[in-house]
Parts: sequence; structure tokens; C-alpha cells
Amino acid sequence: MGKFIVKRLLQCVLILFFVALIIYAVMRCLPTSYVESIARQRSSLPGSKSYTEWLAQLNAVYGLDVGIFRGFLKWLASAVRLDFGDSWQYNVPVMEKFKDVIWYSFALGAVSFFFELIISIPAGIIAAVKQYSKIDYAVTVIALIGVSLPTFFFATILKLVFSIKLGWFDLYGMVGRYHEQLSAWGQFGDIAKHFVLPTCTIVIISIGSMMRYTRTNMLEVLNSDYIRTARAKGVAENKVISYHAFRNTLIPIVTIVGGSIPGLFSGALITETLFQIPGIGYISYQAMVGGDIPFSMFYMIFMAVLTLLGTLIADILYAVVDPRVRVN
Amino acid sequence: MAKKKEVLEETTVETVETPEKEEQLALDDERRIKVLSPSMLVWKRFIRNKLAIVGSIFIIAMFVFAFIGGIVSPYGESEVFRKYTDLTKDYAGITQNTELRYSDLSATDFPSIAKAKFVMAINKGEENFKSDDGSSYTIETIGEKGEESYAIFREGTLVSIASKLIYDAVEEGYVPTLDFRYAAEKAKAAGEENFTADGETYKLAKVEDDDVIFDSKGNELIYISDFIVNPIGDSEFIPVEQKAALKEAIEKNEEKITYDGVDYKIKRENLQWLVKSGQEAYVIDTYSSPSKAHWLGTDGNGMDVLTRLMYGGRVSLLIGFIVVAIETIIGVILGGISGYFSGWVDNIIMRIVDIFNCIPTTPLIIILGAMMDAMRVDPTLRMIYLMITLGVLSWPGTARLVRGQILSLREQEFMTATEATGISVSRRIFKHLVPNVIPQLIVICTMGLGDVIITESTLSFLGLGVKFPFASWGNIINAVSNVYVMTNYLFVWIPAGFCILITVLGFNFIGDGLRDAFDPKMKR
Repeated sequence: MGKFIVKRLLQCVLILFFVALIIYAVMRCLPTSYVESIARQRSSLPGSKSYTEWLAQLNAVYGLDVGIFRGFLKWLASAVRLDFGDSWQYNVPVMEKFKDVIWYSFALGAVSFFFELIISIPAGIIAAVKQYSKIDYAVTVIALIGVSLPTFFFATILKLVFSIKLGWFDLYGMVGRYHEQLSAWGQFGDIAKHFVLPTCTIVIISIGSMMRYTRTNMLEVLNSDYIRTARAKGVAENKVISYHAFRNTLIPIVTIVGGSIPGLFSGALITETLFQIPGIGYISYQAMVGGDIPFSMFYMIFMAVLTLLGTLIADILYAVVDPRVRVN
Repeated sequence: MAKKKEVLEETTVETVETPEKEEQLALDDERRIKVLSPSMLVWKRFIRNKLAIVGSIFIIAMFVFAFIGGIVSPYGESEVFRKYTDLTKDYAGITQNTELRYSDLSATDFPSIAKAKFVMAINKGEENFKSDDGSSYTIETIGEKGEESYAIFREGTLVSIASKLIYDAVEEGYVPTLDFRYAAEKAKAAGEENFTADGETYKLAKVEDDDVIFDSKGNELIYISDFIVNPIGDSEFIPVEQKAALKEAIEKNEEKITYDGVDYKIKRENLQWLVKSGQEAYVIDTYSSPSKAHWLGTDGNGMDVLTRLMYGGRVSLLIGFIVVAIETIIGVILGGISGYFSGWVDNIIMRIVDIFNCIPTTPLIIILGAMMDAMRVDPTLRMIYLMITLGVLSWPGTARLVRGQILSLREQEFMTATEATGISVSRRIFKHLVPNVIPQLIVICTMGLGDVIITESTLSFLGLGVKFPFASWGNIINAVSNVYVMTNYLFVWIPAGFCILITVLGFNFIGDGLRDAFDPKMKR
């Protein structure tokens, strides 16, 4: 097991190295005039560094003055020390900005994930148990609609109905107008209120795949021999479902849930942008659109790390949870 | 061989009703057995799936809507509609002049300080005054008391005319000389009909209560009145005839006049009159509500929403198909090679798959989109770049699927047979292995189409995908970034959203139905 983890970790490092190389190369292949014009734009802002200073900083952090591979090594050397340079958009070190915003994203992600799980797993199981019933059809249709709904469209409809027509929530932002005057609990409630619509959006959009995953796995388990045996023994149907079947369905579910945990940090780019929640998604979106190369580089590497971590955790959990895998 | 076996297993036996008098058929007689090929079985299972049928109807409807609708629609993709509308515009301000207004030779000859002295002088009834710089001025009063005007001489030279009368030139830009004014004022005060100035003879006459000066050829040159008419807004020239008409209306206390086919409204504000013109303006027909001509109204650019939806559907569907084609081609080739050869080739290709799987697609495309924005890349080129980027970034899933399937198929007997008969490797992969993966490929492609359409519309919504003038469902919904549009013009963005939803839902229903239909374990 330890050997397996070490092997996978080394693999991840190797993959990450190449991913970083590709991302760096893409950034370097952006026409240089673009980089220069961004530096020029930045330098023309009031209170900013001069153009030559910006370019010098660029060269220092990104090694733009040397070849792609040498420049990459230079960038990598500071990146492994978690020094990703200064953000052009926010005029602070990238890591500082990151630390400021990441917890908003995590809170949004975690709350949404929690609701997603408590809705989709029971729904998926009921659909599987009552296969081809009306409930099953309803779950399938809802799941597919969730998968097919474009985030931006659904979020806009939610805004129209709940913010504009009913006036229950604010259209944008994470805090209300009188946030500063509220008590600590009031401030918490204020933020929670602003998180309702984004959470709804994320939950509805993402429950579909989890529902279907649960349903498929539950069906597979229900068709297996040990369930038939249990039924043949005369075990009560309730017990068959909740004890024999459910526990076995949990294997793939735990695996995928574990694998999704790093994803909670990735931020919901579209949702955060639409609701202007200053999490990592919205902040990065602004940075990317504003041509903030240091922040964009960091964000993409961060996303790659999260993806790798997700698969790694899923693989390890799979072996941990399922004794049949551990033997091999 | 494996395929053959499947056929035998899946053969459905249906007893055909035998008429009594016919010969007795053996139980396994060909005529008593209806043989269904695997594809027919798949088809039968597919059409039994209600959701799949609904999905197919959605997709067919969307195709008809996008590809045939675009031809049938009488409008073009970026045809802008205009309409006539009544615009009330502030047209002119009119003031009745009660003060002396100066027409100076030049600013230096009669400075404002001297003007102040002049005013003091006439108040006292003096005929001479001195300015601070020592020059002495002579005042000549023209006309009767109450309607008088003054000519001011500085050491014998005429430097200014101070008068309550306004001289409006018929021709735009014509400014009468000072000598002309002097002669004209004198003639008017004396009631003479002719006067001479600058060596030419002019005629003064009354035309419908207005004093008009004609030149020697009898052309109208100047209208004299005590009304000042200032055009408002764009400095357009108001013809004297119109000024006369406005003046007449004011004198008669009328509130409305029509001049040259245009309606004017006159409103009095103290000693001023504001004239508003009800001009018919030809403007772009933006956000017009659904009507017979535009079933879904027009958008912010004055384009027909329904037609934009049709063309947007073409773009979205085409992009979907091209991207899926790119990812399938790359995925099948790399997955096929990887699964067939295994060993180090497999290892390398799988690591490449891992790497591509890790590259965050959306951020990368957003950055590229922002870059192309900054570089002002042509919209057509952008669309091509978008398709290539999406295709190149999304093949790993397909490659993994193909590889996994081929790994298990490779061990089966029919592959041993191909090896024994000496078929070349590429033929073995692409002729014997890949066709067996096609069911799963079709499923993943159908679902993939939906994903691509969502990704593309999201990017277009953010303004980083398909750009104007091309329509795309995403960039139609982009209008909601303006909250006013979002609240008040639902007909602009709601239909586009439903188009995306229905199309993607259709592809997902079909994919789902196909997956069930292809699954041999499925017994229904």
C-alpha cells in the first residue's frame, strides 16, 4: 500500500511538471506584444510601477528574457517555494490574494457539496430500488435536466425570480449594504443569505451526475449474487436494501466523494462570477480577463494540483474501502 | 467469433402464427423463426425508451429549426431593423429682446468698459462720453424715444450700433457690415424705402408685418425683428421664414404650429419660449416586443431574435459536431494504439492522457479568449481557434474509453484469428477492434455533444467564445449582463436558454437511451 502511494505520488509530480511546462509554454507563446501591452497598460495606471519596472519584474519572475525551457526552470524554482510573483490585477503577491479569497470558495463549495450529497444519494438509491417506476423516471429526468442546464442560464433565472421579482435576495455580492453595522451573528447571517442563490445554482447543476452515479452503482449491486442470496435466505427487503446493498454501494460513492474533496477548493468560476462572490473563481476570472499572467498561471497550476489530488485520493480510498482491491 | 456468438444469444424467437391448413413446420424451420440482427435489437430497445424518443424529437426539431429555419426566415443573421419614431426634441429657444445689443466693429474699438460708460451716458441723456483710456465717443440717437437705437462714433469712426432690433440674415452665415446697419437703422427710423450702404442700394419694405431688407436685385436679404431665435442642440440654421412663423405664433399666443411638415410645440417660460419639434426619426428598432413581423421581438442591436436563434443554433450545433469529431479522431487513434500495444507505448500515451486531463480547460480558453480580445482577432478565426482548442483539450476521455475496451477485446478469440490470418496491425486495430468500441463511442460522443454546446455557450456568454456578428445561443443570453434587459426583455434571453437546454437535454436523453440499448445485459 505504501509503495503504491509513493509510486502514485511520484507519478503525480511528473505529470504536474509536464502540465506546468505546457501551461508555461502556452503563456510564453502568447504574442509578446500582448505581454508588453499589458505591462504598458498596467504602468499607465495611477500609482503604478513604471513600464520598465513591470517588464523587469516579468523577466525576473517568468524568465521571459531566456528560452522557454530555461525560463520555465527559473519560474519553477520560485514556484516550488510558493512564490508566484505579484498579481498584476491586484497589485499584491499572488499567494496573499489567494489566501484572502480561498475560504469563501471553500465555504461555498463545502455547503453545496453537503446539500448535493444529502439530496442525490437518497434519490439515486430510491430510483434504483424502484427501477422503471415513476420515481425512477422523475429522478432520471431531473438528473439529466440538471446536467443539461447551462449554469449561467439557470443562475440568471434564479436571480430574476428570487432577486428581482420576489426581492428576497440581493442580485450580486457577498455582503449586504449594512454589513458593517451588523453584529457578528448578523454578519454571518448576511453572508449566509447571500450564499443561498449561488448554493442553489451549484447544487441543482451538479446533483444530476451524482444521482445517476448512485443509481447505476446501486443497480449493479442489486443485481449481484449476494443480494439474490440474501433475498433467497429470506432477509427482509428493508434490510437487504439498507444493510446489504447500501453498504456495498457506498464503496464507489465514498471513493468519488473523497476524490471530490480537493475540488471544493477549486471554486465555481461561472457561479461566483455571476453572483460576484469574491472567491477564487471570480477573482481568477477577473485576473484572466484582465491579462494578469502571474495570477492566471498560479490558478491553472492550482487547478491541475487539485485534479491530481482528487484522482490520487480516489485511488487510495478505493483501495482502503474495498478489501477486494487491496488483495491485488 | 465473439460477435457471432452474441448474435446467436440475442436471437429472438417469435412464433409466427401458422394458418391451420398449411404444412406442419419443424420447430427450427427458418420460416418459423424471425431473426433479428444485433443492430435491429438495439434499435428495438432504443425506440422502446420513451426518453430517448423524446430526445430524438428534440434534436430533430432543433436541427430543423436551426438549419431549415435559417433558410425559411425572411431576415438575415445580422440584419438590423429600423423604425420611425416620434421624437420630441428641444428645437429652439426664443426670447423677446428688450435690451440693447451691440454690433461692434471689433472688440478693441469699443471695449466693455466703454460700453458701461455708454450706458451711463445715455441714461443721463448725454451725447458725449469719455472712456478710461482717454478716447472720446459721440453718440448719435436714431429713431423715436422708446424704439431708439444708437450709433456710437469714436473720434469720428463708427465703432458700434446699439439696437434692440435683431437682424436675421436669410442666407446662413451672412453678417451685415456696420455701415449697412447704420444706414438701415436710419432708414427704418425715418421711414424711408431706400438706403445706400457700401456703395449699393437696398430697399426696406414690410412683408406681412415684418421689416425686410431687399438688395438691389430684389432678393430678400435680412428680416428685422425683436425676437432672438437660438437653435438648441446641433447648431442647425433656422431659416428666417421659419423664425417669422414662430414669431407670428408667439404673437398670436398659439401653442402649436406646423412648418414644412414638422410639428412644433411652443411653451412659454417667463419671457422665453421653448420650441419643441416633433420630428420623425429613423432609429434602430431595439428591444421591440414580439409582434407579427418579429415573433420574438428584436434584440439590443435591432436584430430579429428568432432569426438570431436559428443562426445561433447552426453555430452551436456545428461547433459541437466539429469539436466532437476532433476529439473522437484523436481519442480513437491514441486510445487504439495505446490499448493494442500496451507496454511502454501504452504507458507514454496514458501519461499524456493524464497530462491533458489535468490541464484546466475553461481557464485556458478564457485566457486565450481574453488574449484574442486584446489582439482583435477576426470573429471567424476565433471560432476556428475555439473549436481546435476545445477538441484538442477534451480527447483524453475518449482515449481512455477506447483503450479500456480494446484491452479487454484484445484477449478474445477473434483477435487471435486475425493474428493467425496475418492481417496487418493497423487493419487489426481500426478494422477489427475499433468497430467493436463504436457503441460506447456513439454514447460518449452524443453526451459529449451536449457538453461542448454548454461549454461553447458559457464562453460565448462571457463574451470570450463566438463573437458578434455571429450569433450563438450563449452570446444572445449575454444581453442579461444589463439588469434592465434581464428584467424587462425576457423575450430576448429566455428562448435562447431554452434552446440550449432542449438541445443538450435531447443529446443526453439519446445518449442515455443508446447506452441502455447497447447494453446486452439490459433485458427490457
